[in-house]
Amino acid sequence: MSAEYVLEMKNITKRYGENTVLSDVSLSVRPGEIHALLGENGAGKSTLMNVLFGMPVIHSTGGFEGQVLIDGEETHVASPHDAMLKGIGMVHQEFMLLPGFTVTENIKLNREITTPNLFSRILGKNLKTLDMGSMSHDARKALDSVGMNIDEYTKIHGMPVGYMQFVEIAREIDKKGVKLLVFDEPTAVLTESEATQLISVMEQIAASGIAIIFITHRLDEVAAAANSITILRDGKLAAVRKAEDTTITDLAELMIGRKGEAVVEADSRPAPQGNIAMKIRDLYVDMPGEEVKGISLDVHEGEILGIGGLAGQGKLGISNGIMSLYESSGSVELFGEPLTLGNAKSALHSGIAMVSEDRKGVGLLLDQSIEDNIVFTAMQIKGEYLRWYGPLRLKDAKAVRGIADQMIKDLDIRCFGPTQHTGTLSGGNQQKVCIARALAMNPRFLFVSEPTRGIDIGAKKLVLETLLKLNREQGMTIVMISSELQELRSISDRIAIISEGKLVDILSPNASDADFGLAMSGIKPSEHKEKGDGNA
Amino acid sequence: MDKQVNTNKKQFEFGTFMRNNAVTVMFVVLCIVCMCFSGQSIQYVLYEMFSRLSRNAFIVLALIIPIVAGMGINFAITIGAMAAQISVLWCIEWNIVGIPGFLLAMAMTVPLASIFGFLIGKLLNKMKGQEMIGGLILGYFANGLYQLLFLFIFGNLIPLKTPGLVIKGSTGVANTISLDLGGKGTLKYALDGIWNLSFLEAIYVVLAVLILLTVFQMLRKRIKLEKAFTILGCSVALICLFQVSTISNFINNLFALTKVPMVTFMVVGLLCLFNNALLGTRLGQQFRAVGQNRTVANASGINVDRVRLIAIMISTVLAGWGQLIFVQNMGSFQTYGAHEQVGLYAGAAILVGGASIRKATNGQAILGCILFHLLFLVAPPAANSIFGDAAIGEYFRVFISYGVIAMALVMHAWSGIQKKKKQKAAKA
Repeated sequence: MSAEYVLEMKNITKRYGENTVLSDVSLSVRPGEIHALLGENGAGKSTLMNVLFGMPVIHSTGGFEGQVLIDGEETHVASPHDAMLKGIGMVHQEFMLLPGFTVTENIKLNREITTPNLFSRILGKNLKTLDMGSMSHDARKALDSVGMNIDEYTKIHGMPVGYMQFVEIAREIDKKGVKLLVFDEPTAVLTESEATQLISVMEQIAASGIAIIFITHRLDEVAAAANSITILRDGKLAAVRKAEDTTITDLAELMIGRKGEAVVEADSRPAPQGNIAMKIRDLYVDMPGEEVKGISLDVHEGEILGIGGLAGQGKLGISNGIMSLYESSGSVELFGEPLTLGNAKSALHSGIAMVSEDRKGVGLLLDQSIEDNIVFTAMQIKGEYLRWYGPLRLKDAKAVRGIADQMIKDLDIRCFGPTQHTGTLSGGNQQKVCIARALAMNPRFLFVSEPTRGIDIGAKKLVLETLLKLNREQGMTIVMISSELQELRSISDRIAIISEGKLVDILSPNASDADFGLAMSGIKPSEHKEKGDGNA
Repeated sequence: MDKQVNTNKKQFEFGTFMRNNAVTVMFVVLCIVCMCFSGQSIQYVLYEMFSRLSRNAFIVLALIIPIVAGMGINFAITIGAMAAQISVLWCIEWNIVGIPGFLLAMAMTVPLASIFGFLIGKLLNKMKGQEMIGGLILGYFANGLYQLLFLFIFGNLIPLKTPGLVIKGSTGVANTISLDLGGKGTLKYALDGIWNLSFLEAIYVVLAVLILLTVFQMLRKRIKLEKAFTILGCSVALICLFQVSTISNFINNLFALTKVPMVTFMVVGLLCLFNNALLGTRLGQQFRAVGQNRTVANASGINVDRVRLIAIMISTVLAGWGQLIFVQNMGSFQTYGAHEQVGLYAGAAILVGGASIRKATNGQAILGCILFHLLFLVAPPAANSIFGDAAIGEYFRVFISYGVIAMALVMHAWSGIQKKKKQKAAKA
């Protein structure tokens, strides 16, 4: 090996328009090492990898600043295919496998071994006949090197997900001249024993001289496998550590960090301990990408409960499941009365309202006016804002205008008037309309999902203040689900952290960064401390 | 990995079999019922059957590749048929007949259909997921252009000299084009007429070819010995069986009217081989990959749009040749109507054979062709004997061909839901 590093990314800066998502980030990977890349959602991990693979999304948005060096030589990676030719491979989080193909066919997809025939000599290499024999021979070799004794003629369809992960790895290994493999959350779908096996396979691969970039949120696996660690936070380089010089707690703290000042500061008070407003038992929700796998949780009357966790871990599934937007099972009681899951109408009838994270999809009718949006649910579910005109029951325009004007004033919705279409509003004002619509239902219980996503800081402040006011003045019970820990901490009484579809712990907003970091990677802080003390 | 994947031994379950093959089973039953009521002799039905099969099988086989490439049934084969009819028109105008005429028509169809296929493919690439409806509408649209060409351009701007090809005292190409208009001979039976055998003789030829092929494969060591010996054994046993006079008399009696156009069937057989061989190449692998998942195919560096384009072009050219075979068998064609229902009937036929809009094989195409035409053959007389009116049978078969396509589409959606449910149950 001539160069010290197989890959160096130096001072990478990437902007999407005004928005800087990566600023001055560097990453250096030695041959044969396992290099963990850590960071919360939005920290810039995927953007950095997109830069590395020359994804079209990077080139079409004006490229990036900084250098990429492979084996010490500056290179320009033009496309993912180019990255493959340069010896960089990716083990995808979402499997890039074809279910109807055999293991061999998948491993050799678009790199088939062929033998010429009469037609291919005339019409080009695409008409060469496949040589299944040597293809499966190669596949067998790759499978053996990841320790899989599965038959190479098995079809992917019907295989356990864990196996698919190994097939993906086998495919990358089978590529000639691969120097660097990126594993994107490879253990997310694996059982514990499979994850352990995967780590040992990774170590074998690294021992053969191939470098590995290991993206994960499981800190214990980082500690177990990685040689060195790069931590990103908010698009900046937070730290580079050697594995032996650091602890899990240390990593957790580095990953979370304090990000700026809180926009809203709630008066601190003891968390309400009164009646239980909502009792969730064994909730399972089948929401793609946000699966909930058995959560039990009590929400007390009059509190603001924050629900946090990394993206894709299931926190969004909770509200969507209870509101029956996705298929769910388990038992949910609202103020002592059982709630029927699987019927969105009954959830709304029982007095729960939800401000959806999908503002433009679920939250608003973009081609309708502000006032129609505000009263829509109340009209459909409760039959309010309607009047009999002779035999016809029609919209009561006066009452609708009344509540719309009221809401526009209370929530400070910036608009030309109640008849403006919501599609033309800014993100922050759209969000306020969503909240107004939920409030028009006079709910007893409010779910607010990602309320500040994609809105500016002024609107953020107003939305959070509104929630706080509703809670303090009207005593409304609020469950706020958010990816931004800072805002959860600023107004919640308690914060539940979800990881891999399960509740890890409920923390006080004043708990340390390290505790939140540990919880987000699925480690219960109180239990970890004991272990950590034992080790130290 | 100590545990092995459960290889569920496929058990024969009657319910599942019926569900998976509902359309085919329904057709078999319908055919048998109609057959009983039609009062036609088996000899006649078999005779008609063979001529229809030779006429239509090719065009149905042209549908397989787009299905494998995930584009559903290529209803745009109608446009391939138009290309063929344009070629035939000029062969007649130039008075080139017989085998040379047919070969010329084939050669002319290739560039025409390729260009059309290229345009269709370009368009369908812009509407991924909507290929079937796109192809169907495109067929209707192209029909307008075809009419413009045949009514206004041919015979007016480009004069046609052959008498009878142009409407007398008017403009445009005549309603019906007979293949012998040139006067020097005819394109009729250009292919069918080359070599005809009785059914039993045809069987002998097929078996002989089969034996030769197997021996050849054995010599090249491309085939397992067991399989080779089974094929050889069965063939020899059959030949011996036919030597028994009662059996051969029986068969000869059954197929008394049947004449097998050997060359046409040979061409159909070649197309089957072509389909299989193509799917065994790198390109074929790309078709199948694109058909299963475009994202994955793209991620592995396959140019998805190009692969789809090639699939449609191949299909369009093959459909054109299929239409040529159809026309030479009929001896004449309706200038403004012969191509219209081609996509619909071929689509219905392949679905009847048990194909879906995601999966199709040569066998399914041939079986579908047989069943579909059998019903076409026996439904009108059956309706005549039951209701006293053959028009009801006519109505019935049109109604059924639309119904089959609708049913196949519904079943496709339904089996998707069923699969999801099953997965969920397996998870729990």
